[in-house]
This record gives sequence, C-alpha cells and structure tokens, in this order.
Amino acid sequence: MSNAVVHADSHGQAHAAHHPALQHHFDTMGQQKEAAVIGMWVFLLTEILFFGGLFMAYMLYRTWYFDAFAEASRSLDIFWGALNTAVLIASSLTMAMAVRCAQVNKRMATVNWLILTMILGAVFLGVKVIEYSDKFEHHHVPGLNYKWAAEHPSTALGAGAPAPVAGAGHAEPAAAAAPHRELSLSPEQLQLTTQIYFSLYFTMTGLHALHMIIGIGLMSVITWMAWKGKFDAEYYTPVEMSGLYWHFVDIVWIFLFPLLYLVERP
Amino acid sequence: MSGHVSPVSLYVTIFLSLMVLTAVTVFAAFVDLGPFNFFVALVIACFKASLVIWFFMHLKYQSALTKLTVATGLFFLMILLTLTMVDYSSKGFTPMPSILQ
Amino acid sequence: MLDKLKIPEHHYLNNGHSLKSWLLTKDHKRIAIMYLMSISVMFFIGGLFGVGIRLELATPQGDFVSADTYNKFFTMHGVIMVFFFLIPSIPAVLGNFLIPPMIGAKDLAFPRINLISLYIYWIGGIFTLYAMIAGGVDTGWTFYTPYSATGSNTNVIPTAIGIFIAGFSSILTGLNFIVTIHRMRAPGMTWFRLPLFVWAHYATSLVQVLGTPVIAITIVMLAVERGFGFGIFDPARGGDPVLFQHLFWFYSHPAVYIMILPALGVQSELISTFSRKRIFGYSFVAFSSLAIAVFGFIVWAHHMFVAGISTYAAMVFSFLSFSVAIPSAVKTFNWSATLYKGAISFETPMLYAYGFMGLFAIGGLTGLFLATLGLDVHVHDTYFVVAHFHYIMVGGAIMGYLGGLHFWWPKMTGRMYSEFFSKVSAIMVFVGFNVTFFPQFVVGYLGMPRRYHSYPDEFQVLNVMSSAGATVLGLGYVLPVIYFLWSLKYGQVAGPNPWGASGLEWQMQSPPLTENFVETPIVNTEPYEYEHVVVKEKHLV
Repeated sequence: MSNAVVHADSHGQAHAAHHPALQHHFDTMGQQKEAAVIGMWVFLLTEILFFGGLFMAYMLYRTWYFDAFAEASRSLDIFWGALNTAVLIASSLTMAMAVRCAQVNKRMATVNWLILTMILGAVFLGVKVIEYSDKFEHHHVPGLNYKWAAEHPSTALGAGAPAPVAGAGHAEPAAAAAPHRELSLSPEQLQLTTQIYFSLYFTMTGLHALHMIIGIGLMSVITWMAWKGKFDAEYYTPVEMSGLYWHFVDIVWIFLFPLLYLVERP
Repeated sequence: MSGHVSPVSLYVTIFLSLMVLTAVTVFAAFVDLGPFNFFVALVIACFKASLVIWFFMHLKYQSALTKLTVATGLFFLMILLTLTMVDYSSKGFTPMPSILQ
Repeated sequence: MLDKLKIPEHHYLNNGHSLKSWLLTKDHKRIAIMYLMSISVMFFIGGLFGVGIRLELATPQGDFVSADTYNKFFTMHGVIMVFFFLIPSIPAVLGNFLIPPMIGAKDLAFPRINLISLYIYWIGGIFTLYAMIAGGVDTGWTFYTPYSATGSNTNVIPTAIGIFIAGFSSILTGLNFIVTIHRMRAPGMTWFRLPLFVWAHYATSLVQVLGTPVIAITIVMLAVERGFGFGIFDPARGGDPVLFQHLFWFYSHPAVYIMILPALGVQSELISTFSRKRIFGYSFVAFSSLAIAVFGFIVWAHHMFVAGISTYAAMVFSFLSFSVAIPSAVKTFNWSATLYKGAISFETPMLYAYGFMGLFAIGGLTGLFLATLGLDVHVHDTYFVVAHFHYIMVGGAIMGYLGGLHFWWPKMTGRMYSEFFSKVSAIMVFVGFNVTFFPQFVVGYLGMPRRYHSYPDEFQVLNVMSSAGATVLGLGYVLPVIYFLWSLKYGQVAGPNPWGASGLEWQMQSPPLTENFVETPIVNTEPYEYEHVVVKEKHLV
C-alpha cells in the first residue's frame, strides 16, 4: 500500500500537512468525513427497512387481532416502559453532549459523557431484564408453555391484579380503575392471538436490545480511543458515527414504546 | 469543516421537549379518543423522532444528499407498508361466492 | 508493435505475494479477484445441483434420486445460485474492480468495509455449505412458510443464517458503491460523464441497500418461529403465511434487479465499445437504470397472484408490473440504435453482448406474460416460469457477467485469452442455453409443474432436449475456466487498451497499479467519445 505519495491536489489545497487519520485514497479530511457521514446514514437507511419488516407484521396483526393486542399490551407494565423511554432519551442527550465535546476538543469530557451514555444504556437493559423475567414467570413467552387465559381472564387488567409476584406491585392506578369494553375474542382465541403479540414483542424488543448491546460495545471502543487521545476537533468521526447509531436506536424505541405498551389503555 | 457545534442549551431544550412529549403520550393513552388514540400516539412518536433526527443527529446541518437518504428510507418503508396493506385491506371488497363460504 | 508490449514491472498482483498480503489487503482489485474465485466455486457447486436436476428429469420416472433428494437438489441449486453467485457476481467482482478506476478514484470509499464484506460472504457461504453437507434443505429457495417454519425437518436454520449473513455482505458492497460514486469522483467527472456501468451499479446498490434488510428481518422472524416456537407466520398459531410471501418478495423481486442491472451496465459498455459509437440516448439509459430499481419495489406481489391475495391488489400489481417493461425496453432500443451504422466488430465480449440482447428480450417479454393476471394463473408454478427467470438470470445476468469478464480480463490480468476458444465457448453457451430453456417454455405452457421429480411420459422429448442442452451449456461454462487459467501464464500481453475502448479504466496500465492512477485524472470529455479515440493498440482482431 502506498502511503499517499501521489496527490493531484486540484481540489484539496490548504492541506499541506496531512492529518494522521487521513486515509490514502482520500484527498482531504473533509472528503473523508463526508464519505463517512453519508455511509453511516445509508446504513441507518438499511436499519429503517430492517425494523420496517417488523412494523409491517405488527401493523397487520394489530389490525386483525386488535383486542388481543390491547389485552396483551395491558399486561405490560407501563411504568417500566415509560422509565426506559426516559432513560434512553437521557442517554441520547449524553451522547449528543459527548459528540459536542469531541467537536470542541474536550477529551476528558467526551470520555465522561460516553461512559454516562453506556451506563444509561446498561440501565435500560437492566430494566429489560426485569421485564423479561416477569414474562417468563407469567408464561408469556411464546413457545415456552405459553398460557394466557388461565392467569388472565378476559376481564383482567394486566400485570397488576392477579400477579402474586413482588416485582409487579406498582401497577398503574389509572389502569386498575378503568373498566374496559367487552372483548370480541373467546379465551381460546385470546390464547392463540395474544401469543402473536408476544412473539412480536420479544422479536422487536429483543432486536432492539441487541442493537443496544452492539452500541455499548462500539462505544466502549470509542471511549477507549477518546481516552487515548485519538480524536481532535478535525477528526472525531467515530464518535459522531456511534452517536448517529445510538440516536437511531433511541428512535426505534420511541416508536416501540407506544406501539407495544399503549395499544389501548383507557 | 468540523461540523456544526450546537449550543448546550439547544440539546437541553430538545431533551426536555422529548421528556414532556413522553409524558404527554402516556397521558393521552389513558384518555379515550377511540381510534384517535393510535393516531395521537403515532403523531407524537413521529414528532419525537423528528426532533432526535433533526437536532441530536444534526440532520439540520447535513447536506441535501443526507436528507435525501433519510427521505428515501422513509419513502420505501411507506411503499412496503402501504402496498402490503392494499392487499389486506381490499380482501374483503368482494364477497366470496356462496358456494365457497 | 507486438514486441513492445510487456507486463509492467509493478502492478497490484505482484505488490506482495504472501497469503497475508491477499487476506488482509484493502485493495479493491485484489478483493475483486478473491470474490471472483469464491463465486466461481459457488457457481460450480450450484451447477452440480443443476446437473442433478437435469439428470433426474431425463426420464419421466423418478429413478435417479428420490423425491426428497430432488427437493434438496433444486433448493440448494436455487439458494447457491441466487444468494451466493448471482447477487454478488457482477457487483462484487467487476463492480469492485472497475468502479474506482472508472470514476478516477484510488479505491472505494471504505476499503476495510469492502474486505469485511468479503469475509462476511465467506462466513455466510460456510453456513450454507455446512447445511448442505449436514443433509441439505428442501424448502425451495423461497422458504415459504408454514412448511419452512414447522413442516420441513431439514437444515432450514443454518441455510437461513447463511443467507442472512451473506445479505450483509451485499448491503455493505452496495453502501460502499453509493458513497464511492457520490464522494470519490475525480475532478471533472460529473454525473453525466459517468460510464453507464457506474450508473447501473448505483441503481443496483440502491436496491441492495433498500431491499436486503427486509429479507434479513424476514429470515429473523422465520428463525424465531422455527427455533423458538414464536407465532408469526404459522396459521396454526394465528399467523399469516401470505405475510411471509409479501416480505420475502419485497426483497426477492428487487433482488432480480440486483442480478440483472449490473449486466445491463456491462451491456452498455460492450455495445458502445464494439460498435465504436457513443451510446444512443445516454441519459435515457442512465435514468432507466434508476427507474428499474424504483419500479422493482412496487411490483412484488405478481409472484403471489395465486397465493390468495385480494383480486384488487392483484390487479394493481399486475398493472404496475408492466411498468418495468418501459425502462427495460428503453435500454434495449437504445442499444439497437447504438449499433445502427456503428463500426461493429465481433470479438468475444461482443458475442456475449449479442446473446444477451436476444435472451434478455425473450426473458423480458415472457415476464410480461407472467405479469398478466389471467395468464399467470394458468402458467404459475410451471416450467414456463422456470424458463422465464432462467432467461433473465442465466441468459441475462450470466451472459452479462461472462461478457464483462471477457471484456475486462485483459485489464485484470494483463493478458489475452484464446480468441478462438472463447468464441467457441460463447457460441456453446448461447446454443446450449437456448436448447436447455426454450423447451421449458413449451413444456410449462403445456402444464408441466415445476419442482416435481417425475412427470408424464408425453413431456419426455422436451425434457431430454433440455437435459442435452444443459450438457452443452455446462461445457460452455467449463471452457472459460481452462482458457482463462491458461492465459495467466501463456496469454499474449494485452497492453493497456486492447479493445481501443474509451473509459478511464483503459488509461491505467494492465494490470493496474495498486493505487490505480499515477496522478488523479482530470476528466474533460464526455463518455464514449469514440470519434476521438485513436485505435492504436487494437492489435488482436
């Protein structure tokens, strides 16, 4: 590999000394950064369509089995959902701050904001573990001895009332009080169709959590690089790229929260 | 060249707006609006997502090409969703011949 | 003149000889060569399954293999050919090699990602080959549910994982091309000075980037259904198998354009070079590539006319499917117009180009038959469909691929292959192909369904023709392997521009330097300016 020996600098003047991060096939840092930015957005575009397939399945079954989706959604604890939304939004803020600090060349601040972002990500995943284990206890995991009707007669009000487990002690008061309309599905049908809801629930949140784990992994590398002082005001592309990724994961959750937790609450 | 540096106050404002919107969406879910519950939830979610894309992800300061990339993604997502739903929603238009029912 | 030509002292092939210098290279040209070797292996594995299919169908009775084995044969043939040969073929080999020099760049925008995409392709290939060795898979390459989710007891998940992984290779290649074409063009290389090969790859990359994630998520849903017992597509669990088909074809129809669009790009280069004329209607040909890519996304349900979709949706999709014919016809007519009054010569790549035009026309027009709602109900799932898509994928994509490979082989290796044998091979491929697949139109129209290992006696004549043609076709494919390998050592030295072609890539030495150009070229002419190209090195006719 040649080390950028030849540069017909027809459009790359003002770069007498090459930045150490400039790869040989780019003329300028600007060109290199532009390429990375476009590349990252194109990647996010693929992610939109990746989750899009799931949203398609969700849309169809929600239309078909609305009552089952409403019932099953009521069994989720809105407290954890809302908390996680807040945590993830906060982590987006800290991520944006990390990028900003990298832009203005504050090395330690970048590292600290990144670590804070990772902590918030870990909190999100921790809450997810609590929620998942709750599903396991209630036999709400499709394919694993799935039971809906037994513990949740069609008048049930979600996770709160019949659940003997300590972790579910904070049911939403509004949900507990509101009586809701007659369901059009028999218990057997509910057993079948709520399972579809939970299949989608686990696939969607599972893939989202997987993206978070990848994001945290990426960020630990970036944090280490930032700590080592690899970035400066002219080259902080990796920080910015993982920021874009992290915000995207946040956006997915912004949609998942109302779609999964708030199907029909009144 | 090193990109637009947004003021911290902007980030905090966006963060607070997102938090408020989350509260609004939870609150709105408990108000019975009939079919509009879904609509409201979706509009709020889209608005929140736009705030994140526009300010946190700096789309506002990116090139037209980047904006076009995002638009392309959403456009093709819409094709997937609408054309598939065209099939499902028009299935009931023609009743089955009585012999098949 | 001939004596003066010799292989340059430094080029990308001798820039390091160790295995490591290949496996860790970031040079797009070396990666392209490694892709070439990998997909060739896959092509011959997939071809073996094709041989098995034709052997079985030589007689009406199911006597060569059992029905179950036959199911595995056509499944593995489809899976390997579609996902591991056709989709990467032209983009990953020719596109990888040629897009940077064609736009005057030193490399793709993300060389490391390019290498990663090759490794991802290998990993995906290993999964799929493992599934094959472990007993194969029998769902058909389409993996229709509920059979693939609950019925089949073959290796669905390893195969699906292999395809899922290979999909990322495709996405990364497409992403790399998009960014490269946007951001790495040499000074003066405006959009309307790009070779049409590059336009075609831009359109292809769009499809790769937009479509592939949907098949990825569909595979994930299939895998959780099969692996964990989730209910998504299985009607017994309240799911809808037709939804699987919607999602599957949302990718897999545009995937056909991933295969054919690059071949259309190659075709534009060949036609223009060997008729020594500017391409007729450059901007129409360029935009028709984009139009095909976009239209490709709104026609998918024509694969599902008999799957129980609504009549109204079927009518809409039938109508939309016709729209693809418009940009395809624009291209075909423009090539014909380019040939008109051109100084045509008949080198091997041009033979492939001619073959391509005829076969692509037949394949495309029979596509219109299939898009017609009423007719499709009659011929759906018959050999008519098999013949149609082989005309596009083999007659179109593989002819384009081989044409391109013969065209750019001297650039890639610096040496010429045997003109005589390559012409023999081109003719064998064309004749063998037609003898193989044309009878399938007839037998399909008469009502022979696809995917059966035995058939009524009256279809035997046509099937024997098909099997005989396949033998010729197979030999036609083996021949290039021999003379290409031969040319590496004994081939005549080609020089930088053996065809007297006009593209930027022909201004590099052959084989090119690792950094392609000594100095970044500055472009100030339109593409295909054959009026100004002096044919001084065209010595091999």
